[in-house]
Amino acid sequence: MDERNGFLKNMVQGTTGLMEPFWVTLKHLFRKPITEQYPEYKRELPPRARGRIVLTRSPDKEERCVACQLCSAACPVSCISMQSAVRQDGRRYAEWFRINFGRCIFCGLCEEACPTLAIQLTPDFEMSEDDPLKLIYEKHQLLVDHGGKDPDYDFYKHAGVAVGREPGTHDNEHPAANPKTNFP
Amino acid sequence: MTLWLAGFAVLLVKLVLVLAVVMAGAAYLVLVERKLLGRFQLRYGPNRVGPFGLLQPLADGAKMLLKEDLVPAGADKFLFFIIPAVLPMTTLLAFAVVPFGTELTIMGQKVPMVISDLDVGVLFVLALSSVGVYSLALGGWASNSKYSLLGAVRGVGQMISYELPLGLTLVPVVMMAKSMSLVDIVNAQASMPFIVYQPVAFILFFVSALAEIKRTPFDLAEAENELQAGYHMEYSGMRFALFFLGEYVNMIFLGALAAVFFMGGWSGPVLPPIVWMLIKTSIMPILLIWIRATLPRLRPDQLMRLCWVWLAPLALVNILATGAVMLLAG
Repeated sequence: MDERNGFLKNMVQGTTGLMEPFWVTLKHLFRKPITEQYPEYKRELPPRARGRIVLTRSPDKEERCVACQLCSAACPVSCISMQSAVRQDGRRYAEWFRINFGRCIFCGLCEEACPTLAIQLTPDFEMSEDDPLKLIYEKHQLLVDHGGKDPDYDFYKHAGVAVGREPGTHDNEHPAANPKTNFP
Repeated sequence: MTLWLAGFAVLLVKLVLVLAVVMAGAAYLVLVERKLLGRFQLRYGPNRVGPFGLLQPLADGAKMLLKEDLVPAGADKFLFFIIPAVLPMTTLLAFAVVPFGTELTIMGQKVPMVISDLDVGVLFVLALSSVGVYSLALGGWASNSKYSLLGAVRGVGQMISYELPLGLTLVPVVMMAKSMSLVDIVNAQASMPFIVYQPVAFILFFVSALAEIKRTPFDLAEAENELQAGYHMEYSGMRFALFFLGEYVNMIFLGALAAVFFMGGWSGPVLPPIVWMLIKTSIMPILLIWIRATLPRLRPDQLMRLCWVWLAPLALVNILATGAVMLLAG
C-alpha cells in the first residue's frame, strides 16, 4: 500500500514539476521584454566603464604621459607602443604613442599601471571600423584636453624630478637636504 | 480528353498551391519560432528586417543562398550532395494526402481539396516518415565527422523507436474511422473529434511526434551543447537550409496530422473549412515552440526508456481498450 501511495505521489509530483515551467514561460510571454533597442536607445554607461582609451592632461594642460612604458609592459596583448623623448626643461613625454584597438581587450591594466594617471579608459565603445588599420590610434587621436576621472591630479606636484621648479617644493615634501653641510 | 486535361490542370494548381503555402509557412514558422522564443525569454526576437521583422525569412534565404557550400575533406561526396533533399522531399510528398477542406464545386465538377485521396493514406504517411530517417542516418554518415555520426546514431535509434508508438497511436483512429484514407478519417469526426474519445492516444501521438521530429526535449540528434549540431553539423549554406526547411515543414505536417487524426480536420462552426484547417494545423507548431522554450533535454537512456517502457505498451493497451469498447458497444 505504501509503495502504491509513493507511486501516486511521484506521479503527481512529476506531473506538476513538468507543468509548472509551462506556467512560468507563459507568464513571461506576456511580460514586456527587457531588451534595450541599442542604436535607437543608448544607455548611459557608468563613468568607470572600460571603453576607448585616452591620454589625459594635467590641470596646467600639460601632457600627463611621461612615456615610462609601464602601460605597455602591463598590457597583456601588447597593443600599446610608444617612443619616449625628453623636453628642454627635462620633462619626459611620448614622441609618438600608438594603441592598436584591434588587439586591445579593454582590460584596464594599463590604467592601473599608469603612475601619472595619463592613460585612462572612457565609457565610449562605439569605435567599429571597416578597415583594421583604422583601429590603430596615434597620439593625436588619443590625446584629450581634460583630466579625465581625476582632473586635479598633477603627478609633478607629488613625485618625480622637479621640472620647472626647485627641488623640495613638491606638496608634502621636506626641503631638500644641503649636501654641503654636516648639520642636520 | 478536355475533362482529363482540366483535371490535370486542377491537380497542378493544387500541387503548386500546397507547395507554396507549405514552403512559405515553413519559412515564416522559423520567424514565428524566433519571435515567440524571444518573447518567452523577455527578448523581442528579430525585429530589424522590415516591419516587425517580417522580411527576416527572405533575408535569411538570401544569406543561405550566398553562403559558401563547404564539403568536408573525406566526405562521401555523392551522398553528401543528395541527402539534404530527402527530408523536405518526404515531408512535402506526405502533404499530398492531407485534406484541407470539403469538396469544392467548380463549373459542375467536384474538386476534392486534397491532392491525392489515397485509400492507404495513413500507411503512406508512416512510410514516408520512415524514409525521412535516411536524411539523418546518411547525412551524418556522409559528413565523415564524429559529431555528425554520433548525432546520426542517436537520431536513428530515436526515430526508429518512436515510429512504433507513433504508428500504434494511429491504429485506434483507423479502427474508429474504419478507413485509412485521411478524408474518411476527417468525415468520421463530423459529429465529434476523436480527441474526445481518444485523449490517451492523442497525448501518446503528441509525444511520439515530438520525438519523431527531434525537437526539444528530444533533440538528442542535434544536442547543440554536446554535438554542436549533430548530423547536419558539416552542412552549410543552402544544404543546411534544406535540413532546416525539412524540419519546419515536418512541424507543420505533424500539426496537420494532429488536426486530421484527432481534432476533426477542416470541420468547425462559422468559419470556412480551410480556415479551420489552418487554425488547427498551427496549434501543434506553437505548442512545440512553447515546449522548446520550457523543457530541458532528456538523456538518451531516458528517451529510450520513455519509448519502450511507457509509450509503446500504453499505445498497445489503448488499442486493446478501444477494440473492447467498440466490440461491447457494437
